[in-house]
Amino acid sequence: MTTLFYDGSFEGLLTAVFDIYTHKLGLVKLKLNGAYDTALFGSEMTVVTDEAKAKRVLKGLSDKLTSGGLQRLYAAYLSEIKEEDNPVVGYIRYVFDSDRSIEENYGNKYVRRVSEIVRMVRREKHRMEAFIRFQKLNDGTFYATVEPDFNVLPLILRHFKNRYADQKWIIYDTLRAYGLYYDQHRVEYVTFDFNTQNNNGLVSQYDSDEGIYQLLWKDYFKSVNIAARKNTKLHLRHVPKRYWKNLTEKL
Amino acid sequence: MNEERIREKLSILADAAKYDVSCASSGSKRKNDNGGLGNASNGICHTYTQDGRCVSLLKILLTNHCVFDCAYCVSRKSNDIKRAAFTVQEVVELTINFYRRNYIEGLFLSSGIFKDADYTMERLVRIAKKLRTEHKFNGYIHLKTIPGASDDLMYEAGLYADRLSVNLEMPTKAGLKLLAPDKNRNDMLKPMGFLKNELIQFKEEKKLFKSTPMFAPAGQSTQMVIGATPENDRQVLVTANHFYKTYNMKRVYYSGYVPISNDKRLPGLNTEVPMVRENRLYQADWLMRFYGFKVNEIVNDDVPHLDLDIDPKLGWAIRNMETFPIDINKADLRLILRVPGIGLTSAAKIVAARKFGKLNWEHLKRMGVAVNRARYFVICSSSGFERRDLTGTRIKQFILAESSSKYLKNKPNQLSLF
Repeated sequence: MTTLFYDGSFEGLLTAVFDIYTHKLGLVKLKLNGAYDTALFGSEMTVVTDEAKAKRVLKGLSDKLTSGGLQRLYAAYLSEIKEEDNPVVGYIRYVFDSDRSIEENYGNKYVRRVSEIVRMVRREKHRMEAFIRFQKLNDGTFYATVEPDFNVLPLILRHFKNRYADQKWIIYDTLRAYGLYYDQHRVEYVTFDFNTQNNNGLVSQYDSDEGIYQLLWKDYFKSVNIAARKNTKLHLRHVPKRYWKNLTEKL
Repeated sequence: MNEERIREKLSILADAAKYDVSCASSGSKRKNDNGGLGNASNGICHTYTQDGRCVSLLKILLTNHCVFDCAYCVSRKSNDIKRAAFTVQEVVELTINFYRRNYIEGLFLSSGIFKDADYTMERLVRIAKKLRTEHKFNGYIHLKTIPGASDDLMYEAGLYADRLSVNLEMPTKAGLKLLAPDKNRNDMLKPMGFLKNELIQFKEEKKLFKSTPMFAPAGQSTQMVIGATPENDRQVLVTANHFYKTYNMKRVYYSGYVPISNDKRLPGLNTEVPMVRENRLYQADWLMRFYGFKVNEIVNDDVPHLDLDIDPKLGWAIRNMETFPIDINKADLRLILRVPGIGLTSAAKIVAARKFGKLNWEHLKRMGVAVNRARYFVICSSSGFERRDLTGTRIKQFILAESSSKYLKNKPNQLSLF
């Protein structure tokens, strides 16, 4: 058993796979740099992220996987799930060790686990596409903050770019402290320092119509409810409470 | 914008529109390829009401003034309620501003009938046209078409809307006659037939000319009210099946009647909304559309009503025990789809995964199969399968005993500790 320490990046993970094959390792555990290793026996190794190695692994994967399969693998990585028997690494090794496509072999534990994780990540992606609420600032930019369970901003980028092609927008992940900014041409990754910018100042920067549309939306949300059909359990299953603080109609 | 007035209008006209159950915003393929606003290719529920229904579209009436007096409708002429009407511009601005904030997928516009059918329909079409042409809006638009409107207007509506629908209102002609004596079933069937032919014609032309303008890419749907009139589930589902087959409907919606009137032709004001029945009807509808069931397998002369305690697939299975058990590792997809506890996704996974090796209970469980139900009907690569020769009734009892569904009418008795 070897414990591999890596930097948490996708390239780092691919480099780890490269090292596994270079050193012909058997069972491995994957941990973040600086994490505490509890194993009494077995060796340790630090993975130094290397773009060239990562590229070679990626090339190998794109030869053996369908493009959809590769996308699923990336989505699983974005889950940031820290399992020692890392399912993404296990999946990649299984791909390289088999001579036929294994993407649909749900009998294999890594394929199954990756498919479970992908389902969770995609659900979160879909939730973000649904629950993001923009507020219009007086310079015409539409601004939204989110706190997704998984790191899904890279996955929702295209959806929002296609949909809101004619407006400037910002989607900011306050948990991971970075965001997407679209300037009507392209999307950039941005980070803000809220300590130096006065966060409360933002409120005074709202467009003059913003208040009335929020009010109308809340009114609308109340009017469409049919009291005779009340079903709180179902409501909570669809809109879990942790999302409420960023939902205009729930404030 | 007059803030108070628009708030009042919105609350009146959203309130009156909420009994239309359709909320679908999927099935279209409109892309944002003009650098404008929005696309309609996703189908997203942006929020859910407290009754757990999806809110996807801004669903409003243009007006709740109406010349008709249908007993089941809140906007009926004789009902003493506040009336209001939006202007074309107001609807356009609400839609655009809600859409830009990611509140909605688009607009679901319906209307009470003022003056006559064409006059009303012309205004609905004008709103859709304005959104599409002046505002380059590519979001989803669902227009309710007004029975009796002219073919020209129907055609124009199809050019701008993603989906068109005509409400059937009641499952049978007799039901409609009882509650909406001014309405005529043929006025509803005529536009459905027209749309069906236009949709077919569009498909043909599209094959020849790629530039043929889109025509209602999400097709047409309809809705009927359940539980206001005495029809049984067999009549309801046979009607639905007829509309799927004859009119190529994308969806038929079933709306459990919410008591809103003390008219003596209708269930009283204190009657409960038939939510369980509505749910079972949707399950049966899915069986017909995706699982390869024929309508007379689900309901027939012997089984005129769906069992409210169990879902219709389980109901079918226990009436047809001679079909089971089936072998998960060998059976056709068609048969696997008929097993209670196995859905579309898990059936597809089973068929894909068994090429790699025999599947056992653990595999099935991990693929999302409800093994507690499926185990009475399948065998797999595991010795622990059901060996007793159980009757359908026994199986139903076993499954109900371990079920905690909120739909259960008679909860199994639980022993209290104190």
